[in-house]
Amino acid sequence: MTDFLDMVLLARLQFAFVVSFHIIFPAFTIGLASYLAMLEGLHLKTGREIYMDLYRFWVKIFAVSFGMGVVSGLVMSYQFGTNWSLFSEKTGNILGPLLGYEVLTAFFLEASFLGIMLFGRKKVGPVLHFASTCIVAFGTLISAFWILAANSWMQTPAGYEIRDGIFFATDWLEVIFNPSFPYRFVHMVLAAYLTTSTVVASVAALHLLRNTKPAHAMVMFKMAMGFLVVVVPLQILAGHEHGANVYEHQPIKLAAMEGHWETWNGNAPLLLFGMPNQEKQENDYAVEIPKVGSWIVTGSFDGTIRGLKEWPASEHPPVAIVFWSFRIMVGIGMLMLFIGYVGAFLLWRTDITRHTLFLRLCFMSGPAGFLAVITGWITAEVGRQPYTVYGLLRTVDSVSPVTASAVGTSLIVFVFVYSIVFTAGSYYLFKLAWAGPSEGEGRPPHKPKLATWMAPDEGDVAAAEVRS
Amino acid sequence: MDYVDLPMVWAFLLAIAVFMYVLLDGFDLGVGILFPFAESDGDRDIMMNSVAPVWDGNETWLILGGGGLFAAFPKAYAALMPAVYMPIGFMLIALIFRGVAFEFRFKASGSGRRIWDQAFHWGSVVATFAQGLVLGALVQGINLEQGRFAGGMFDWLTPFAFVTGCALVWGYTLLGACWLVIKTEGRLQAWARRAGLVAVAVTLLMMAVVSFWVPALDAAAADRWGLRYPEIDWSTLLPLTPVPVLVGLVAWQLVRSLRNESTYSPYLWTVALFMLGYVGLLIGIFPYLVPYDLSIHEAAAAPNSQGLLLVGALVMLPVILAYTAYVYWIFRGKVTADAGYH
Repeated sequence: MTDFLDMVLLARLQFAFVVSFHIIFPAFTIGLASYLAMLEGLHLKTGREIYMDLYRFWVKIFAVSFGMGVVSGLVMSYQFGTNWSLFSEKTGNILGPLLGYEVLTAFFLEASFLGIMLFGRKKVGPVLHFASTCIVAFGTLISAFWILAANSWMQTPAGYEIRDGIFFATDWLEVIFNPSFPYRFVHMVLAAYLTTSTVVASVAALHLLRNTKPAHAMVMFKMAMGFLVVVVPLQILAGHEHGANVYEHQPIKLAAMEGHWETWNGNAPLLLFGMPNQEKQENDYAVEIPKVGSWIVTGSFDGTIRGLKEWPASEHPPVAIVFWSFRIMVGIGMLMLFIGYVGAFLLWRTDITRHTLFLRLCFMSGPAGFLAVITGWITAEVGRQPYTVYGLLRTVDSVSPVTASAVGTSLIVFVFVYSIVFTAGSYYLFKLAWAGPSEGEGRPPHKPKLATWMAPDEGDVAAAEVRS
Repeated sequence: MDYVDLPMVWAFLLAIAVFMYVLLDGFDLGVGILFPFAESDGDRDIMMNSVAPVWDGNETWLILGGGGLFAAFPKAYAALMPAVYMPIGFMLIALIFRGVAFEFRFKASGSGRRIWDQAFHWGSVVATFAQGLVLGALVQGINLEQGRFAGGMFDWLTPFAFVTGCALVWGYTLLGACWLVIKTEGRLQAWARRAGLVAVAVTLLMMAVVSFWVPALDAAAADRWGLRYPEIDWSTLLPLTPVPVLVGLVAWQLVRSLRNESTYSPYLWTVALFMLGYVGLLIGIFPYLVPYDLSIHEAAAAPNSQGLLLVGALVMLPVILAYTAYVYWIFRGKVTADAGYH
């Protein structure tokens, strides 16, 4: 029995690890693909080379990130079977077709046109190349559509029936457009766009601070700030609506997010800080604003918020994790709001390059979007526990008949491999970002010759000549 | 759709998806296997550039294989994956190293580049070998009880699986060599032809070993081929003789095309060779999806699930094949050293 519980825990840890690692890349490439399409479109429209220089610069970063996203995503498509085979068997009728559609409508599209996007510039001409970039960007959104439909169904299942413990679909439109899906889709796509714009802002700030390529850096910085000004408020609105949806459909998760153990029939406080204590079922060191909680969650001071104690402890998710990851995510949202509006104001009224402190903040905030995405997903996924399909299929009834040692060993191997690959990838990405965009790369060279990255080492050339 | 045998249609579609994967990712894995044996770094650049624009699309067929099995036959997916837990793990890790090597190699310099060269090569070798192990584990049969995996974590580790692993490494090497014959010229192409000849010889030997071994693994397979060692049932075996005869003919044409100046023929003959081997394997395990316990019909998803996805597959697969062909057409012709991006 202990071995079984260890196995469940290890399988959960492994899934959490590989999915957290994976989500970093799509969260970035969804936004970056659209940004690249925008840059290339602006280049086609205005003819200004600066947009092409920026495209050339970001496409290298895109290629590395996309590659890491593909290989870590491949791992995900086999995780369901290796560690969660009972989950696969029971939900396969419903989730299988959704994931199948993702492969058929998105993965092939992205993978195939990525080839043209990266290597086909000289072969297809500017308009077709722009079309390829747009197709890749569109593919990333289709992919998000299906995978979020599948995830949302696990949160708010609809359009199904259960026979002999197996899920069957009764209405596909209800399955796909289940109650939480529209909110989650909008929230996640906006999050991906914001993640990209904080990275763009960070790289732009780096080059403004170092005064390398100031013209290029300024274009990037303006685009990023403009984007933040418009999209952060939209995201706050989307997040709020998503929260209202959780309140309606997943009240236990909402109680954990807000840290409410007791039910409040109106005038619930808003917890700013606290240490949820799962055993005593109360919060230690709570700091709260009276009455505001009900208003924020329900839109009225009289709104009821049900507390965790309404359900048996066996139905509670790990409250502290949900409570804190939610707060980190919201905090980062506020940071983005601050950066966007202050940045826009400074651009409008002053010379931004003089505000080195603010630029440093922008530079340091590069990873903020990633952190917000990961903590947001931790809130959503840990908040769904102890179920894989909310309220219907328990996590302990979802795992594979494999041993704890097999899952533990593979977890260690994945951690080891991912740290090597992730470190190397980050190193190359940082090197590319540090080098910054270069001018005129996009124009055809006067004399075709081997690019520097392509040139073999001198020793090898000599050796090859000797041999031939 | 009551009159359509959906499980059979899906089994057929999945068989095609797996075959597409083998033909397409097979050659880029094969290029990775051959990689360190090339004569110069310049050749290696060309080899890598010949597959760089297409490997990602090729690998997507593997996701379709895994995802398609999950979608159309969730019971088979759930029964099979725990059984091949370790080989699948090896394959995924190897594919990670190999996949990132495409990008990292060109960003690195000096010793860093050597590391990613090795990652590309060993990633290709291990991924291929692990796929061969999965194939071996499947053909030798998986221990199920009431449709769920009931064996041990090391059931796949047998001499037979080791041989199928090696066989696939040589088979992909052959595909890789034939791909290079298409995409390169001069000294490198001549080298690829020589490598291809070696690979044909070993692949044929491996195919023969596996063919005679399979009947010894399982009684049903033995009856199907008429080889219940040491007895030979000639009335069953004789009608099947066209298969090895065809293999011989195809192999002869393949060797000929590698020795004369043909560009595309070696790859096409290799496809024919793979198809014969593949059909032979499928005959051996039909009608099981997880041999020799879970059949295609037993493992099938609900009809409305298979039906929904079939509509998508029938619409999307022709589109996918069309734009895949378009991408290959865009990148047609010989690869030169400066074919990379930026």
